[in-house]
Amino acid sequence: MKIAVTAQGPSLEASVDPRFGRCSYFVIAGPDGEIIEAIPNDGVAAGGGAGISAAQLLINKGIEVLLTGQVGPNAMRVLQSAGIKIYQTAVSTVKAALEELKEGKATPLSGATVGPHFGWGRGGRQF
Amino acid sequence: MKVAVASGKGGTGKTTVAVSLALALGGSVPIQFLDCDVEEPNGHLFLKPVYTREEEVTLLVPEIDENKCNYCGTCAKICNFNAIAVAGRKVLVFPELCHGCGACSRFCPEGAIREVPFRIGVVASGRAGSIEMVEGRLDIGKPLAPPVIKAVKKHAQPDKDVIIDAPPGTSCPVVAAINGSDFCLLVTEPTPFGLYDLKLAVEVTRELGIPCGVIINRSTSTDGDVEKYCYQEGIPVVLKIPFDQRYAACYAQGHPLVLKFPEWIPAFKELWQRIVGMVKKGV
Repeated sequence: MKIAVTAQGPSLEASVDPRFGRCSYFVIAGPDGEIIEAIPNDGVAAGGGAGISAAQLLINKGIEVLLTGQVGPNAMRVLQSAGIKIYQTAVSTVKAALEELKEGKATPLSGATVGPHFGWGRGGRQF
Repeated sequence: MKVAVASGKGGTGKTTVAVSLALALGGSVPIQFLDCDVEEPNGHLFLKPVYTREEEVTLLVPEIDENKCNYCGTCAKICNFNAIAVAGRKVLVFPELCHGCGACSRFCPEGAIREVPFRIGVVASGRAGSIEMVEGRLDIGKPLAPPVIKAVKKHAQPDKDVIIDAPPGTSCPVVAAINGSDFCLLVTEPTPFGLYDLKLAVEVTRELGIPCGVIINRSTSTDGDVEKYCYQEGIPVVLKIPFDQRYAACYAQGHPLVLKFPEWIPAFKELWQRIVGMVKKGV
């Protein structure tokens, strides 16, 4: 099982990035919390559709579980179509997020948590 | 002749100028007023046209034939705008992100993509007295203004004098609106914001090879910085409209400046003649 965590840096100690589509890195971990790889997210600079492109990246990487802060409606549609399980986390580090998941304390998400363009950093569009 | 009215900064008086020009000239020569500020067209509030025709503006977006698709992901990879995602055995299309470039259907190895029209706005046309008026309206929630602007501009007739009310800013919609004009009037205000955005707008006109002149609206004793910049850059300041509460009230009530204050009609006629002269001389 491959788990992706949105992060502000490429390590277990990095902070969880609350944005999905425009996070800085995806830290990919195995079931026991070991790092498989860390991928910089090119979508940070995308003109539009950053969430879609980030979701596509995770699909191509064979990710089964995603830990993140906020997910917009387009990204949610793509992630759900691929059957990726999504959990919302509010803890500070990638390591803590993975532990939370392992202990069964992570909050599963079934719908978008924010409107489009949340990750632009201006509060996005409200529902 | 085709004259675009642009500004850089929003709210400097583009529509005031464009409407005043159209009305000042409208009695004597055939004028077309093209409202290319398709995200919020407002020329109609002042010219009060009667629209008699409406046409839809569409973009060709992909439609996937699930029987032919083998989910190879080429379309998602090639799309520059993230408008397609391939999730396992599902292809998701996001038409509101599509720019209609057609790359996906061109490069689909299975020939599984056909292009279908997707409505993004309308173009309304009609008359306001002697002025022929065309207005573009981008649909709410659709982000792509340039195709609607280009559809408006298709109505421009070469034998008429055309006034284009451009959107604010300096991005793609502005380029689409002013491109191909003989002259660009840049309306600014004597504030640091006005000047900053004016400089950006000047760069756009230069890149497009369009001669420009500056109008200082809400002109006060603080015009100095704008005038100094224009002087240094060799850009003529072609008109100044003073900061006057009566003009603001006139605008807020939806009255064109030149109708409420007809003493401005000669100034706009002269402005037009000056532009014609500059274009002929190739300044």
